[in-house]
Amino acid sequence: MISKDYVIFDPHGMHARPATALLKLTRQYKSVFSLKKDGKLIQMKSMLNILSLTVKCGDTISAIVEGEDEKEASYALDAFFNEEMKKF
Amino acid sequence: MKGTGVSPGISIGKAFIINKFKASVSGIKLKTEESKIVEIRNFDNAVHASVSEIETMKVSKGTDLRQADIDILETQIEFLNDPQIKSDVTDKINDEDATAWDAVIKVIEGAVKMFREMDDEYMSARAADIQDVGNRILRHLDFNESPTTGDLCENSIIIADDIAPSDTISLDISKVTGFATRLGGKTSHTAIIAKGKGIPAVVACGDELLNIRNDDIIILDGTTGEVIAKPDQGQIDEYLHKQKLFREKRLLLESIKDLPSKTTDGHMVKVYANISAPDDLEQVYENGGEGIGLLRTEMLFMGRDSFPSEEEQFQFYRLVAIKSKNLPVIIRTIDIGGDKQLNYFGIPVENNPFLGYRAIRICLDRKDIFMPQLRAILRASAFGTLKIMFPMICNVDEVIQAKECVRQAKNDLTDSGIKFDSDIELGIMIEIPSAALTADILAREVDFFSIGTNDLCQYTMAVDRMNDSVSMLYNHFNPGVLRLIQKVIEEAHKQGKQVGMCGEMASDPLATLLLLGMGLDEFSMSPASIPVIKNIIINHTLTEAGDILGRVMDMDNPDSITSYLQEVLK
Repeated sequence: MISKDYVIFDPHGMHARPATALLKLTRQYKSVFSLKKDGKLIQMKSMLNILSLTVKCGDTISAIVEGEDEKEASYALDAFFNEEMKKF
Repeated sequence: MKGTGVSPGISIGKAFIINKFKASVSGIKLKTEESKIVEIRNFDNAVHASVSEIETMKVSKGTDLRQADIDILETQIEFLNDPQIKSDVTDKINDEDATAWDAVIKVIEGAVKMFREMDDEYMSARAADIQDVGNRILRHLDFNESPTTGDLCENSIIIADDIAPSDTISLDISKVTGFATRLGGKTSHTAIIAKGKGIPAVVACGDELLNIRNDDIIILDGTTGEVIAKPDQGQIDEYLHKQKLFREKRLLLESIKDLPSKTTDGHMVKVYANISAPDDLEQVYENGGEGIGLLRTEMLFMGRDSFPSEEEQFQFYRLVAIKSKNLPVIIRTIDIGGDKQLNYFGIPVENNPFLGYRAIRICLDRKDIFMPQLRAILRASAFGTLKIMFPMICNVDEVIQAKECVRQAKNDLTDSGIKFDSDIELGIMIEIPSAALTADILAREVDFFSIGTNDLCQYTMAVDRMNDSVSMLYNHFNPGVLRLIQKVIEEAHKQGKQVGMCGEMASDPLATLLLLGMGLDEFSMSPASIPVIKNIIINHTLTEAGDILGRVMDMDNPDSITSYLQEVLK
């Protein structure tokens, strides 16, 4: 299991567009992805659940991956949260 | 009637009403396990049909779709395939014997409610996306339902409860000249689409909107939120005129927004904005601001019962840093006292509050107030390009003391292993005549100056501009004030330091060329003034500005200076 914290820089937070992209990313891996904010944990499978975390600009979230390809998956999350998130 | 203007501009057109499809629960209970299996299959089929409907829309519209539209459609597909929605619907069918129709209505209702109640405007507006998805599934569950369609004519104003994401894709937007909705908020889908396309829009008009009929003539002001149904000729003429003015202004704004502030002979200056909160940054970008010349921090301290903690302040500055997209932001340390009082920090009644205990004087006296602010700003400096500016400096000793406080704050952070920008620039406001006159001394100690003309004027001329019996004396074209400003810029430049201006003079179009001639490096003003000032800068030469300065400095009174500058700008 790999757990990492990320700060959300997008002014709108984790809104529909990045959430869509995030869901697409998770489908490329066998690992199970979860997100945690303020003690609330959700699986990154459902758009509804991701948005229900209300991740805002400046928030810190933990992303957890678990599975045989968790290392690669975690790298992909790094790239997503540190680079791609800024483009939305 | 009046709503909330969410996309500025004026439109005059014919009403086109979109009737929202309103589904209600049937209450039918399923009696057999078999019928449940059938209903679950019906739901799956309706979802598949909805997905392929959207896929078809994507393909058939092809290159007509902008990236934003594609994003909306892809988000809808995500919602349609959402495992949480699917399992909730299946549970309702299996456990509550509901039909697929009723289950979808209830599940969507629950999700819509959850989003509406979020205390984040953007997220609560996502309720519209979910409702839209729900309606689409329902349409596929019942073949009698079909979406509103009709022929839009040119200059249509769309009237609806709310505009769903997919409506704006199926409509021929080129024929839409305005939107008025009964519901919605500043970040509703209607607002986002309208702003993106530059179409005026008013939301939250309330039930009065229901009185409008198809083809009624409507006037809509997306700036004020005014909606007029069946206007008379006088109103139409009035708004046609307003529309013309608005379009001219927008055209100007659009044409210069992304241009650098460079004179025609190649002299570059910067046009910055004065702001009070992170949210103001949006307006700065809209108007083409190139940085923040003044972030007032008083907002953080006002309207509460005690001083904000370091952590609270840090969150505020960090948000500004993040939202500033690395544009420089000059943060002014707290400027209370004078006319800005805090009810939880009693300053004894003073005979001359403007000459009293205020701004940096309080800060240097009360380190318990100053240090947390400095640490908070420094911590936030790891997230953007921040600079610190001290207000109300009257002698060099204050600068040295303030710098020592910054050094201490840096040490505190280093000891705690907290990251910050160790090269953060420090500057001062020049708003007291003694500071202006000793600019040569002060310039050695700091990285930049920012001239605060409001106080500089009132202190130089000894005029309280709030006092009606003397306020006519207050004028930033007073030759004494002009000489002080010129001296400050000259002395700073001799030592290679930059000079900005964040007082009202920076946004006075009459003063722009004069200040440009003096060599001012940065003009900072309210975001709305930026296009006007930038437009003057980019249409003149530095040589012209120098000539104007020469003429003005030979004049002896503010009235002749003002009329000369008016003549020049004509």
